[in-house]
Amino acid sequence: MEVLTVLVDIAFVALGVVAVLSGGAVFVVDSMARATYALAVSFVAVGVQVLFLQQSYVGVVVILMMVMEMAVMAVYMVMFMGMNPALMPMSMVHSNRTAVATAVLTFLLLAAGILVVDWPARRGSPPRDVTEALGEALMGPQMLVMAVISPVMVATIVAGVVLAAPRTRYDRFGDDLRQRPPDDPQPGGVGR
Amino acid sequence: MTLEAALLLSAAIFSVGLYGAISQQVVVMVMMGLELMINGVILAAAACWWFLAPDPTGQVLLMVVIAAMTLEMAMGFAVAVLLHRARQTDMTDMATDLSR
Repeated sequence: MEVLTVLVDIAFVALGVVAVLSGGAVFVVDSMARATYALAVSFVAVGVQVLFLQQSYVGVVVILMMVMEMAVMAVYMVMFMGMNPALMPMSMVHSNRTAVATAVLTFLLLAAGILVVDWPARRGSPPRDVTEALGEALMGPQMLVMAVISPVMVATIVAGVVLAAPRTRYDRFGDDLRQRPPDDPQPGGVGR
Repeated sequence: MTLEAALLLSAAIFSVGLYGAISQQVVVMVMMGLELMINGVILAAAACWWFLAPDPTGQVLLMVVIAAMTLEMAMGFAVAVLLHRARQTDMTDMATDLSR
C-alpha cells in the first residue's frame, strides 16, 4: 500500500511536469499544428491529474473536451492561418523579455504564497460516490449555477454566429430591413 | 501528493500561459495562452477541492471554470474569424495598427 502511494505521488508529479513542459512547448515548437497538439497533451495530463484527485467526471470532461477542442483548433489554424506559416517554422512574439519577466515574477509570487500560507486541514471527507454527489448537487442546491450558465452559453452561440457570419439580414434587407428584393450575390427562389 | 505540490505545478502552468498570452502575436496563440492559464486554474481548483474541502460545491465551481473556458474559445474563434474577414489579418499588432 505504501509503495502504491509513492507510485501515485510520482505519477502525479510526473504528469504535472509533462503538463508544464508541453505547455511551454506550445510557444516554442516550430509550427502551430504542433503547438495545438502540445496544448492538448498539457490538458490531457491535467485531466489525468484531476482523475488522480478522485474527480472522475470533471477529469474525463476535461480530457474529452480538450482533445476535441484542440482538434477543432488544428483544423481552424490550417484553414485561417494561410498568410502565416501554419505548418512551417514560425516565431511571432512581441515584448518577449517583458513577457518572460512577468511570467517568472508571477510564478515566484504564486509559489511564495503557496509555500508561506498555512493551509488549513481538510474539512469533511469526500462523498462515497463523487460523481453521484456532483449530479445531485447540480440537480439540487446548485441548480441555479447551471441555470445561469445556460443563457450565457446561448448568448455565446448567438454572439459567435453574429460575429462570424459573413452576411447578415442587414446586408440583405438594408439597415431598416425594408429593402425588397434582398441584395443577394446569387438570387434565390423560383422566379415568382 | 500534497496540496503545495499540486498548487506549485498549477502556478507553473498558469505562468507559462501568462507568458504566451502576453508575448504571442497571433490571436489564436494568445487564446492558447489563456487556455493554458485556465488549465492551471482547473488543477489548482481540483487540488483545493481534494485537499481542503471535498464537498460537491467545489466541483460545481470546477464545472463553471470549464464552461468559462468553452465560452472563451467560442468567442475567441468568432472574433478571429471577424478579424480575418475585416482586415485580412490574424495578428494582434496588425489589428491595432489598422484601427488607427
